[in-house]
Amino acid sequence: MLTLSPDDIQAIKLSMQVAATATLIALPPGFAVAYLLALSNMRGKALLEGLVNLPLVLPPVVTGYLLLLLFGRKGWLGELLDKFDIRIIFTLRGAVIASAVVGFPLLVRSIRIGMEGIDRQYIQASRTLGAKWWDTLFTITVPLCSRAILAGMTLMFARSLGEFGATIVLAGNIPGVTQTIPLAIYGYTSTPGGDSMALSLCLISILLSFAVLLIGEAANRTLARR
Amino acid sequence: MFLEVNVTKNFPDFTCHAAFSLKTKKCGVFGPSGSGKSTLMHMLAGLLEPDKGFIRLNGRTLFDREQKISLPPDQRRVGVVFQHAHLFPHMSVQRNLFYGMNRLPKQERNIDPTHLIEILRIDKLLSRNVTKLSGGERQRVALGRTILACPRLILLDEPLSGLDGTLKYQIIPHLQQVFAEFSIPMLFISHSLQELRMMTEEVLVMQKGQLARQLATEELARTSFGTGGQGYTNLLHLDEMEDLGKLLRCRWGDITMMLVKTPDQRPGRFALNGRDIVLFKKHPEASSARNMLSCTVRRTYATDWLVGLELECQGSQGNTLIAEIVPQSVDELDIRPGSEVVAVFKASAFRRLY
Repeated sequence: MLTLSPDDIQAIKLSMQVAATATLIALPPGFAVAYLLALSNMRGKALLEGLVNLPLVLPPVVTGYLLLLLFGRKGWLGELLDKFDIRIIFTLRGAVIASAVVGFPLLVRSIRIGMEGIDRQYIQASRTLGAKWWDTLFTITVPLCSRAILAGMTLMFARSLGEFGATIVLAGNIPGVTQTIPLAIYGYTSTPGGDSMALSLCLISILLSFAVLLIGEAANRTLARR
Repeated sequence: MFLEVNVTKNFPDFTCHAAFSLKTKKCGVFGPSGSGKSTLMHMLAGLLEPDKGFIRLNGRTLFDREQKISLPPDQRRVGVVFQHAHLFPHMSVQRNLFYGMNRLPKQERNIDPTHLIEILRIDKLLSRNVTKLSGGERQRVALGRTILACPRLILLDEPLSGLDGTLKYQIIPHLQQVFAEFSIPMLFISHSLQELRMMTEEVLVMQKGQLARQLATEELARTSFGTGGQGYTNLLHLDEMEDLGKLLRCRWGDITMMLVKTPDQRPGRFALNGRDIVLFKKHPEASSARNMLSCTVRRTYATDWLVGLELECQGSQGNTLIAEIVPQSVDELDIRPGSEVVAVFKASAFRRLY
């Protein structure tokens, strides 16, 4: 029997909110980095690629701890943001940043592979037909890698729904504020008698992830038919 | 001079250098694969920056290393028709066609799209998806797309090499008509001498990254380098076809020719290899060959191991044929400029191009 408490429902809403926001804010820089890696002739691509992929290989807790150092009151960015009265630690913003950083490599990787698959002569043809680079970017490059962008976003959204390690370190586990589904499950597993509640949330988590992947696949098929 | 070029591009294992000026609007670039043809094209279009030199088109500097000028491709007005057309797969034929034109200021759109679409016979394709087009249709749309962008120079990068023989020769008349009608200068890049002879008047020969020669296309066609040892191909326009059962009687200027009947009996362009022409000093009494033309030798020249003879045929209104024979035959028949000979060739020696 699926039983959910008001806090659980709040955790589901927060999870969706965090995953959606993290995916959307990561998209522009993710696209830019993928473009640099796939289509530019810049130097130091290997270094950039290494940096981008670091959260993929680091334990999420380590990523969370590094973010904590960066955004803490004594951190480089934290100190600066504090002057504008912007707090990251133990806030929803922290959860979004943690999800965005951890899911970023998946987004970049997917878009980059899509861009690398574009025949450069389409881009060259567009430029010789009088399109400026940004015009070519929006009329040729983006449409031709739209499926890869969608795949990257789906993957990142799904990854963000399950993000735990970095989030708990940076944003904590505050019900109604930063508690997402994985954190709520963690809370139940460490509480006597919380097994059935944890199982309910697990089921919700599976259903949500599956729905995201199905919607992504349906959208992908629609784009492929165009 | 509408195009002045002096460019060098260094790669780790290859250097491409070309310095030339062009007056003629129908020019070709000829050379084997890896000779630097495409590198030159990319530099002209602004897709590859030369290491040194300059490019001027109609007096406008597109690139000059010393003056630090390098116009991006969208400002050069140099159109490119790529080997595999590269129509944008996510757009319809119509959107592809007007892609460049829509990016031009209205006062600079000086080509009537309806007329161009009519010439290229693509009116029925406009709403089609580009992935559903045949190779020939794709190339026609790609050509239309480039021309509608009103370029000041068109680079055609082996536009026919991806097409099979029949299709290739079906497109050539379209290309000829378009360039005759809109008078846009072009640089036709190809490793096929036959294509270049049908499309260009002058040719730049690239070899190992260097511009080796600049000469008239017909002159190149008579050299062993041009023919690749395959012999000179005479290109004849034959018309007034008349069905004689197994043979077709047709006209080449005022001269009557006989050729083996083919399913396609329209007038068109035919190829006749110079090595398939046999020469006699006198009219042979009887021969199985169906074509015998009285000719005067205009000039002789040496090819790789044969002698090329330029023959002016009587009644041909100045049309000439090239025959290639071995030097021993020239000596034995005592052939020299001004000699009268009879050129004999079979009805089956012709090959229809289009």
